[in-house]
Amino acid sequence: MQNVVSIKKLSKIYDNDFQALKNITLDIKKNEIIALLGPNGAGKTTMISIICGIVIPTSGSVTVDNFDIIKDYRRTRSLIGLVPQELSLEQFEYVFNNVSYTRGLYGKAPNPSLIEKILKDLSLWDKRNSRINELSGGMKRRVLIAKALSHEPSVLFLDEPSAGVDVELRQEMWQVIKDLRNSGVTIILTTHYIEEAEAIADRVAVINKGELLVVDNTSDLVKSMGQKTLVIELQEAIQALPSKLERYNLTVLNNGLSISYNYDLSSKQTGITSLLQDMKETGLKLKDLKTEQSSLENIFVELVREN
Amino acid sequence: MNFYAIRAIYFHEMDRMRRTIGQSILSPVISTSLYFIVFGSVIGSMIPELDGVSYGSFIVPGLLMLTLLTQSISNSAFGIFFPKFTGSIYEVLAAPVSSLEIIIGFVGASATKSLIVGVIILITASFFVELKIQYPLLMLFLLILTCLTFSLFGFLIGLLSNNFEQLQVVPLIIITPLVFLGGSLYTIEMLPEFWQKVSYFNPVVYLINGMRWSFYGASDINIFISIVSLVGFLIACIVGVAIVISKGYGTKT
Repeated sequence: MQNVVSIKKLSKIYDNDFQALKNITLDIKKNEIIALLGPNGAGKTTMISIICGIVIPTSGSVTVDNFDIIKDYRRTRSLIGLVPQELSLEQFEYVFNNVSYTRGLYGKAPNPSLIEKILKDLSLWDKRNSRINELSGGMKRRVLIAKALSHEPSVLFLDEPSAGVDVELRQEMWQVIKDLRNSGVTIILTTHYIEEAEAIADRVAVINKGELLVVDNTSDLVKSMGQKTLVIELQEAIQALPSKLERYNLTVLNNGLSISYNYDLSSKQTGITSLLQDMKETGLKLKDLKTEQSSLENIFVELVREN
Repeated sequence: MNFYAIRAIYFHEMDRMRRTIGQSILSPVISTSLYFIVFGSVIGSMIPELDGVSYGSFIVPGLLMLTLLTQSISNSAFGIFFPKFTGSIYEVLAAPVSSLEIIIGFVGASATKSLIVGVIILITASFFVELKIQYPLLMLFLLILTCLTFSLFGFLIGLLSNNFEQLQVVPLIIITPLVFLGGSLYTIEMLPEFWQKVSYFNPVVYLINGMRWSFYGASDINIFISIVSLVGFLIACIVGVAIVISKGYGTKT
């Protein structure tokens, strides 16, 4: 698939000598949803702020649709929409006017019918003549999305879109993001909610301390880096593991009523068949079996801890 | 050139004026009217003519300049500082807009607001004192030049300010005293010789006298020196703003 954003060896050192980004290289594919995952201060916002032209990079280059973000800033910025993390809005303005203002800033002729459609899609049409300070936090966040969409961008950056948003609104937001992707928009979102990345992202890029730790498809990442665990419940508690089962590195749980076995799903032989065979031979009687998959959260915590 | 962006910024700023009509128009009109009532009509009636005009008429150019300078500076300083304060500046920085287009939008709107206030003050003055403008085109030229120059200066202050206190420091502590001590209410000749010499280091003296010359054809300073000093300050402001914007001081990190 064609790359829409290409980041090459991007670094940023702020005036206070804090290095927010260290040699980041990342390609973002057209029409995908990619989640930039990382703890607070990891460098996620710095990265998208550089791409959008708000922060000046120290070194490296970024292209959007093959145009350099500095030399061809007019072309790249006109392709990009940005939803910032903070609710940065002028509180005394009216919703419709404020969204139209953003469209003008991006060099587009007024288009009231488009603004109407965007506001209706985001359930804001009823509030078009309201002042921004009359809106709830969730509505303000939707106004920010409306502003970012007002100039019909092909790449949309969402910086912590569900920060401080309740569960119901978060689900709505995810649906809006999915609908946008279906309409052809490439979505780059930063989040520290693993659940969010798992729910909507095609790919995940984990960033910590300014370094890109891993980039992979969400499902492949879970498959390749995650472990599966087989939990076997026994009919009778055991005091110790039979010697025949020692080679499996089993863990006795639940006062001897369960044992767990970790295996790698990607390997050719998981060892499950032979384990069950050996258990049968040792006379252990099984009550139930279940498997558990380590979540993206486990993988994320492990990656960040290693870093 | 991104004309739609210039238009968007310009009307966005003008809209702020409409929303705060009391602060933008009424406040300067009321305070200037009070000056005309106190100094022009009440005290002015007891003061002899200066440069061949009544005292009330004499102070019109000075008070006009006082308002134009303070309004131009505060309009544009606030115009750029407020989005910085609320964080909404991000959308201007992230938009496909050049520094020049940003300046034209913000400074153009600020200068327009000041010009509107200036014209209203002139109309207000005509109710209190006899108003005579000998060189109306020159007066209009100086009016526009002053609005643009000091709007640019205010824009620079707004860019560099990190809090409301810094925003107020230059207009309150520097500009207002310079205008009052710049011959807005008296002629330089009325001062002792030493203070006359000191006054020539006050740049506002040249502005007020330039404006006064356009009204009455007489002033303490040659009109060409006034125009040259105003244009010189305009160029200094353009260079200052260009450097600050290009380096991203106060906006980008």
